[in-house]
Amino acid sequence: MTASPSTPPPDDGLSRADLAAKYGLTVSGARPGLFEYVHQLWGRRHFILAFSQAKLTAQYSQAKLGQLWQVATPLLNAAVYFFIFGLLLGAREGIPHHIYVPFLVTGVFVFTFTQSSVMAGVRAISGNLGLVRALHFPRASLPISFALQQLQQLLFSMIVLVIIMCAFGIFPALSWFLVLPALLLQFLFNMGLALIFARMGSKTPDLAQLMPFVMRTWMYASGVMFSIPAMLATKESVPSWVGDVLQWNPAAVYMDLIRFAMIDDYGSSYLPEHVWFIAVGWAVLFGVVGFVYFWKAEERYGRG
Amino acid sequence: MADEDKNPDKTHIPTVIADDLHIVYRVNGAKTGKGSATSALSRILRRGEERGVRKVHAVRGVSFTSYRGEAIGLIGSNGSGKSTLLRAIAGLLPAEKGKVYTDGQPSLLGVNAALMNDLTGERNVILGGLAMGMTREQIRDRYQDIVDFSGINEKGDFITLPMRTYSSGMAARLRFSIAAAKDHDVLMIDEALATGDRKFQKRSEARIRELRKEAGTVFLVSHNNKSIRDTCDRVLWLERGELRMDGPTDEVIKEYEKFTGK
Repeated sequence: MTASPSTPPPDDGLSRADLAAKYGLTVSGARPGLFEYVHQLWGRRHFILAFSQAKLTAQYSQAKLGQLWQVATPLLNAAVYFFIFGLLLGAREGIPHHIYVPFLVTGVFVFTFTQSSVMAGVRAISGNLGLVRALHFPRASLPISFALQQLQQLLFSMIVLVIIMCAFGIFPALSWFLVLPALLLQFLFNMGLALIFARMGSKTPDLAQLMPFVMRTWMYASGVMFSIPAMLATKESVPSWVGDVLQWNPAAVYMDLIRFAMIDDYGSSYLPEHVWFIAVGWAVLFGVVGFVYFWKAEERYGRG
Repeated sequence: MADEDKNPDKTHIPTVIADDLHIVYRVNGAKTGKGSATSALSRILRRGEERGVRKVHAVRGVSFTSYRGEAIGLIGSNGSGKSTLLRAIAGLLPAEKGKVYTDGQPSLLGVNAALMNDLTGERNVILGGLAMGMTREQIRDRYQDIVDFSGINEKGDFITLPMRTYSSGMAARLRFSIAAAKDHDVLMIDEALATGDRKFQKRSEARIRELRKEAGTVFLVSHNNKSIRDTCDRVLWLERGELRMDGPTDEVIKEYEKFTGK
C-alpha cells in the first residue's frame, strides 16, 4: 500500500541517506558542536533573561501583596533562623554579639541562592518537558534561566540585607563593592550545579525528592548559623583537616566572602587562606564541567 | 500547486526525509498495575530489566520523503502517533532507531508551553516570540499585528490582564496569533485550525494559507477531513505507529473513511 507518488525519476536509485546527502539535508535534532552551541545560546540571551523574569513575576502574581513577597519571604526566613539558632540554641559562639544577626542573615540568603538554584536545576528539564517537546532552543537555556531567576531573587534579598545591616549599625562602605565579584563567581558556580542537576534530573526525576535532604545537610555543614573555625576550636578531638575541608567547600567560601565584604568586624581571620583563588577555582570548575556535561546529552532531553 | 508543477527543478527538492523511523517513549512508574510502595521496592530489587520503566513504541518504522511546495496531511485515529511523528521531524524527540533528515529547522506551530497564565497577554506575546527564536526588534515590529489578529482587544483592554483571566477561546486565539507570527521553512501544524469562534477560524485558515505559501513544506495534523481536503495535496495515514497509506489526498481519505466506517 505504501508508495511515494512523487519520487522523481532521476533520484530513483538513491537510498534515503544518499538522497539526503545529495540535497544537503541534515539530521534533525542532532547535537551541535560545543562552540556552535555556545553561539546558539548567546543568540537566545534575550529569551533566557525574559524567561527568568517571567518566572520571577509569575511566582507571586496571585498573592494579594503581590511582588512585596519578593522581599517579605527572605525577611521571614531570616527571622525564623534567628529565633531558632540565635535565641533558642545560642549558636553565636565565637562571633561578636553585635554582628551575629547580620552574619546569620547573610549566610541564609547566600546559601539559599545556591540551594534554590540546585532545586530549580533538578526540575529545569523534567518540569518543562512540554516546552522542550514543543520548541527549539538550546536546552541549556532552561537551567541557566532558572539560575538567573535565583540571582534576581537574591538581589531582592539584598535589599532586606542592607536594611538589616543598617539597623545593626553597619553602614555602606567601599568594601561592599567586593560583593559584586563574589556574587558573580557564586552565580557561575550555581549555574554549573544547575546544569549538572538538570541533566541528572531529566533522567532521574526522583532527585527532586532526595535533594532537599542533601541540601539541608550541606547547609548545616557549611556554617550558615555558626563560624566553622570558632565552632571547631572548642572541639579538641576533631582533626584540623575537617575544618579546612568544611571551610573550603564552595558554599562556605562564597558565604564568607560576602560576609567579609559587608561586615567590618568579620575580619580575614575567619576566612581560609587564598580564599579568592578557591572561589574562582570552584566557579570555573563547576561552570565549565557543568556546561560540557549538560551539552553532551543535548539531543536526548525530549525523551523524558 | 499548479504553478509549482511548471517548475520541475523546484518541485522535486526534498525537504524532509524520514528513514525507518522508530520513536519510543519511556514512562516512569507505570510498570505494573500496583502502585504501592512495596511493589515499587520489589521492582527496584529485581535486577535485569529496566526498573519501573514501561516503554511505549509510538512510531514504528515510518519512511517517507516530502518535497518543497507540498502540503501533507497526517491522519489516523487517536494515539496513532501523528503528533509524535511531527515532534520527531522537528528534532524535538530523539529517535530510537532510524533518522530524519531535514532542510533547515522544521518548526511546530504552537507556543502554548512557553506561555505563562499568570503573566499579562502583553508579556506573553514577548515571551512567546522570544521562545520561538524571534529577535526583540521582530517582536516589536509585529506586536500590534499579533494583538490585532488575535482580536483580544476588541472587547476592551484585555491584553494588559493576566492570561488566566481570559476565556478559553480568547487564550487559544492569542496562542495561535503568537505562534503564527513567525515565518517557517518547514511548518507543522497540530490541529490548530479548530480554535476560537467561526470568525476567528476563518481568519486563522487564511493565515495558514499565507504561511503555507511562504513555507517550503507544510505538515498538518487534523481529525477534520474537510480541512485536510482543503489544504493538503498528499496524505500520510498512520495507524498504531505504522504508515498505512501514503498518497494523493482523495484516495487516502476515501480509504480512511471506509476504515472508520463513515
